[in-house]
Amino acid sequence: MEDFLNAFVLLSNFALVPALAYGSQLALGALGVTLVFAVLRFSNFAHGETMAFGTMIAIFGTWGLQAAGVSIDPLPTALLAIPLAIVVTIGWVLITDKLVYRFYREKKSDEVILLIVSIGVMFVTAGVVRFAIGVDDQVFTDGERFVFSAREFRTYTGLREGLALRTTQVISVVAAVICVIALFIFLNRTRTGKAMRAYADNEDLATLSGIDAGKVVLVAWSLAAALAVLAGTLYGLDKSFKPFVYQQILLPIFAAAIVGGLGSPVGAIVGGYIIAFAEVLVTYAYIRFLRYLLPQEWLPEGLAQLVGTEYKFAVSFVILVVTLIIRPTGIFNKKPA
Amino acid sequence: MSLLTAEKMTGGYSASHDILHECTVTADRGEIAVIVGPNGAGKSTAMKAVFGMLNLREGSIKLDGRDLSDMKPTDRVANGMSFVPQVRNVFPSLTVEENLEMGAYLRRDDISETISEVFELFPVLKEKRRQPAGELSGGQRQQVAVGRALMTRPQVLMLDEPTAGVSPIVMDELFDRIIEIARTGLAVLMVEQNAKQALEIADRGYVLAQGRNAYTDTGAALLANPDVRRSFLGG
Repeated sequence: MEDFLNAFVLLSNFALVPALAYGSQLALGALGVTLVFAVLRFSNFAHGETMAFGTMIAIFGTWGLQAAGVSIDPLPTALLAIPLAIVVTIGWVLITDKLVYRFYREKKSDEVILLIVSIGVMFVTAGVVRFAIGVDDQVFTDGERFVFSAREFRTYTGLREGLALRTTQVISVVAAVICVIALFIFLNRTRTGKAMRAYADNEDLATLSGIDAGKVVLVAWSLAAALAVLAGTLYGLDKSFKPFVYQQILLPIFAAAIVGGLGSPVGAIVGGYIIAFAEVLVTYAYIRFLRYLLPQEWLPEGLAQLVGTEYKFAVSFVILVVTLIIRPTGIFNKKPA
Repeated sequence: MSLLTAEKMTGGYSASHDILHECTVTADRGEIAVIVGPNGAGKSTAMKAVFGMLNLREGSIKLDGRDLSDMKPTDRVANGMSFVPQVRNVFPSLTVEENLEMGAYLRRDDISETISEVFELFPVLKEKRRQPAGELSGGQRQQVAVGRALMTRPQVLMLDEPTAGVSPIVMDELFDRIIEIARTGLAVLMVEQNAKQALEIADRGYVLAQGRNAYTDTGAALLANPDVRRSFLGG
């Protein structure tokens, strides 16, 4: 029995808890992608860089607050900077909309043209971010590092394996839950939220009903930007901030949104966790876990790792390809779009 | 003068090619006006022109004395027009009730009374109010579409082939409802493919051919007219 518990704690510590936090961050990112897709009808490749931009502003805000001696210990100061980052990022996204996307929207350009346009916006945003904060790693996490550490866990439970719970992991999951609930209340209960769903459902009929397309587009961009800031800042707090990583994270985010079904908020959330757990569980080395469960002579040689951690992006790519072959509309979209 | 008067509409989708030629349709309170005609006669185009989805080169559209000719469709909705498109006329992932709420988006007052009126008219919608409209049958979806259009409490309700693709029983049922709607004092303007059945309930009928008014009379008179019967109703 104790072996079994030890095995479970080990797996939780190195795989399940990190995957849950990472999945929450991906879910928030994928929600932004899926909202833009539902309302503006294109895949926004600039979303990863929007996350980087928002995180950058949050870091500047954090530095400013730290310099001013403001602290909300044990929580990271960056949480206080998030509202500012959201406002600035919404401003940035709306500027790109006004200067770039609106032109193509009014021309009723093809979805694929908007997608390519968003790649352009991605490069410009990436340039701005690298110019402003540089390409180096920034660690901006402060406050209490652990809710409880592995050692505390071991002392408390008497188990051989320890389970550490980082503050940033808890914050990620809690923030994701709050955001998702707030978003669903907004979409299902408020007039503007329903108008947004109506617009995503049937643009012409929405216009006929007097729903202002400009306002819907504005709200969609603002929500996407706010979600990008949260996803980016939480990811940065949990790991660290490196502009390059935010470009890479676009793949798992899109994989999450597509697996769940582009345009479906529920799908984005489920997709986020599917991708996160798949990435972590496929690249986890199971040897110590198995030692608790299997007799010595049954143990495999080596680390019992399916693929190396360098391949974690390949995991989301494989899931993406399999989804596109088997069920291109994703899990939560019924009919082909 | 009628409540709705669309006079001498001339125009088409492109500037160089007219589809409508001095086409006139009118509808009065409590009346059902039906536009019929062969395929390609410009029936739907005429209705879209009345609603402002088509730029007219000439002609005017007046509703209750006001000139709406230069207004966008949304503004015409605010001024008492309501339009049920032929296809894609509901929000499939929204529930029946949310569809109705979106129909009333322009209204800022209490809409619960109008919703219960719509539920009274289409009782099946009340049962299915929490169901996404996309999951309903064709006939029920059509009811949602009409109900959505009624939510602005319009003076004129315009329907583009409301019975396209529904079974004959459902069609009769839908026509009964449309008669009821007209009795409440609305003007109903309707384009129909099922010409005979539509003219039977029409107070006023317009037979269009090649974008022009070919015959205009009461529904009964058009049904009795041998020329109309021979050319447009298949004997």
